Amino acid sequence: MSELKSWTQIPIGGYITEPQNSVKNKTGSWRTQRPVIDQDACTRCRMCWLYCPEPAILELNKPYVTKSGRKYNLTFEINYDYCKGCGICANECPVKAIKMVPEVVQQ
Amino acid sequence: MTQVIEKERERSVVVGKVGLTTNYAIAHAVKDVDVDVVAAYPITPQTTIIEKLAEYVANGELDAEFIPVESEHSALSAAVGASAAGARVFTATSAQGLELMHEILHITSGLRLPIVMAVPGRALSAPISIHGDYQDLMNVRDTGWVIYIASTAQEAYDTVIEAFRVAEDPRVLLPVIVSYDGFLMSHTTEPVEVYDTKAVREFTPRRHNTRPLLNPERPVTMGALATPDWYYEIKYQAINALRVSRGVIDEVDSEFNRRFGRAYGAVEGFMLDDADYILVTYGGAATWNALEAAKEARGRGLRAGVLRIRLFRPFPSNDLVKRLADAKAVAVVDRAIAPGSPVEGPVFKDVYIALREAGVDKPIVSVIHGISQRTMYIRDFYELYYKLRDIASTGNVPRESLYMGLR
Amino acid sequence: MASGQIKIGIRTIWDIPKEEYFGPGQLTCAGCGPSLAVRHILKAAGPDVIVVNATGCIEVTSTQYPYTAWGVPYIHVAFENAAAVASGIEAAIKALNRKGIANAKAKVIALAGDGGTYDIGMQALSGMLERGHGVLYVLYDNEAYMNTGIQRSGGTPRFAWTTTSPVGSRIRGKVQSKKDIMSIVIAHHIPYAATASIAYPIDLMNKVRKALDALNEGPAFLHVFAPCPPGWRIDDSKTVEIARLAVETGVFPLFEWDHGKFRLNPPSNMHVDKSKRKPLINYLKPQGRFAHLKEEEIKAMEAEVDGYWDYLTRLLKAFG
Repeated sequence: MSELKSWTQIPIGGYITEPQNSVKNKTGSWRTQRPVIDQDACTRCRMCWLYCPEPAILELNKPYVTKSGRKYNLTFEINYDYCKGCGICANECPVKAIKMVPEVVQQ
Repeated sequence: MTQVIEKERERSVVVGKVGLTTNYAIAHAVKDVDVDVVAAYPITPQTTIIEKLAEYVANGELDAEFIPVESEHSALSAAVGASAAGARVFTATSAQGLELMHEILHITSGLRLPIVMAVPGRALSAPISIHGDYQDLMNVRDTGWVIYIASTAQEAYDTVIEAFRVAEDPRVLLPVIVSYDGFLMSHTTEPVEVYDTKAVREFTPRRHNTRPLLNPERPVTMGALATPDWYYEIKYQAINALRVSRGVIDEVDSEFNRRFGRAYGAVEGFMLDDADYILVTYGGAATWNALEAAKEARGRGLRAGVLRIRLFRPFPSNDLVKRLADAKAVAVVDRAIAPGSPVEGPVFKDVYIALREAGVDKPIVSVIHGISQRTMYIRDFYELYYKLRDIASTGNVPRESLYMGLR
Repeated sequence: MASGQIKIGIRTIWDIPKEEYFGPGQLTCAGCGPSLAVRHILKAAGPDVIVVNATGCIEVTSTQYPYTAWGVPYIHVAFENAAAVASGIEAAIKALNRKGIANAKAKVIALAGDGGTYDIGMQALSGMLERGHGVLYVLYDNEAYMNTGIQRSGGTPRFAWTTTSPVGSRIRGKVQSKKDIMSIVIAHHIPYAATASIAYPIDLMNKVRKALDALNEGPAFLHVFAPCPPGWRIDDSKTVEIARLAVETGVFPLFEWDHGKFRLNPPSNMHVDKSKRKPLINYLKPQGRFAHLKEEEIKAMEAEVDGYWDYLTRLLKAFG
């Protein structure tokens, strides 16, 4: 996962001096199911983003026009690098715009 | 008392000669170095240190936060937090308190925090005893702290000042214990030359950017969990630092000598140049009583000497070997016990290994005395010298510790 | 700030700051309640904090060397001493600032689980509160020693299955009731203490900010309800839902002790009227740790909740 350095090459005291470097650990490999957001059904309420424990939902300034012509300035996307597939987002979504589908493993 | 005055120090450095108990001398030193935080819980025989510090803080003589914590475990924990936030920190404890904070002792050295702690040595319960010996100190000898054992109030005062310099040195960054006799030193008054506060503070300057601190400007994570892939290397750094600290300790000792006119070294020898029979001691009472006995034995023609161990961790093997190599027989007087060990004197074990590793083949004997302040009579040490003479001439070396004073 | 005044903080979901100071990449389970709690708390607190964390789920999963999930200064020392370490940091900042050696503005947050608070951490917590340190102590409550494999704590509710309070033929789950930590805390008469929940994040975040504001007067305490899917035997996706049900059934009410005044927060303020509380069974049914409950045991639990609400109602009368 990370290079195994010698005792002379690391900070003293076991200090970790790079904040939030856990981002190097892509926990997305854990999941057995993944959330899929239906961008047409999504009302951009922000609830999935709010309740993700990782967080693995990105709030992007990405405009979107739904099939019915509704315009949004924001788009929420799953960050599949970190999503562990818990399904809280799907459970909490007030309009059921998120579906949990099995994680497909390439044969 | 040995004083090595290399040159005439500036008269202005000494501002007075005061009658102080070792406890009060230590409090005085802590005030002089301008600590920022004291976190402590009272326990006999340390109490008068923290009472004096509370007094200093209450009347503004020492600008520090005095945290009257609710246990010794919290005392060292609070000290750890304060030190990690960049404060200069002091605490003190003894016996049961030292035991209670034991896990935090390892954590402090593992986290590389330069805390200074005074430990007047006291016997360990059970049975419960408030009286002095060094069982508590010996139980923490493997916790990775630098450990000094003082023999006079003056030395304790001087050593606490040095301790902050050593601890905070970027090559060390380890916590330091200054230990001494519980009651026999903590509560007895001796003359102490106290120094000009400005001179002490110049000797212990604040250093910046020598270690990561808890500060939002540069967020660091301290106390991470280390898996088998990493624990070993992180621990080894601290072990190496303890070895490296010896060089810094000697440097600081020299500089202290230049500035304040006193140096103590890692070991202190008395009449060793031609000594045949040497008692190895630590602390005050054992050393000074042994010295009295040695002088008396000398008066009767026996070539007696005393070697006091002042720096206990890191152990000064080379200094010991140099001073003991030519003796005919050596006894190590321990005021603590290592039950179930091949020989039951804890410092005896260190001395034995140091000598044998250096190829010194002389008889070394383990003596246990002064447990829970059982009186160590001068005549006991006097008899020891003659015992050493017998051992050297007959070659009958006791293979077990001699428990002196036991009924 | 005098009690009764409402500070306008986070009003809607859109007032919640975007910055993330925790994760991703931490090793918490999928659906971890405490992970969400920490995320919310740091969003509300911002970067000028120092976190002191006790050993536990959050500590072990967020600081596995060489990775850290923390974007703020962080220290872990041991299991029982978060409050003591935090006391030391707070004192250091005070001293260093006063002596002109530093100009630190950081606030200190002690963060511990129910294990590190109700039980082994109780002494240090009480000491810190008694001495009045300006520290915010956050208890994230997943109701057992989860990190070591689901053993019971003083915060585990009555009847709950854990590995050290298992369901057998003679003894069925935890015998003792959940310790009333808020009453213990408020017995120290600190300026601010409140319960909060990951299911009510805006309420939680406003309470974090209120608590941090109170620190120049003394300590503050937040009891945050944070369910644990593996420990409670619920589906990973139900963490927030169960936390919500705990509030809606009256099991975990939202309230504040604000400068001596007791206040129930919405929706708990409605629940003084029992008819407005959802039936307890709604909360118990989805949880495997309560799956063994017999009719009379559920009745006993309902009586406990009712008894607690009777107590809260009297508090409201006396201190509202």
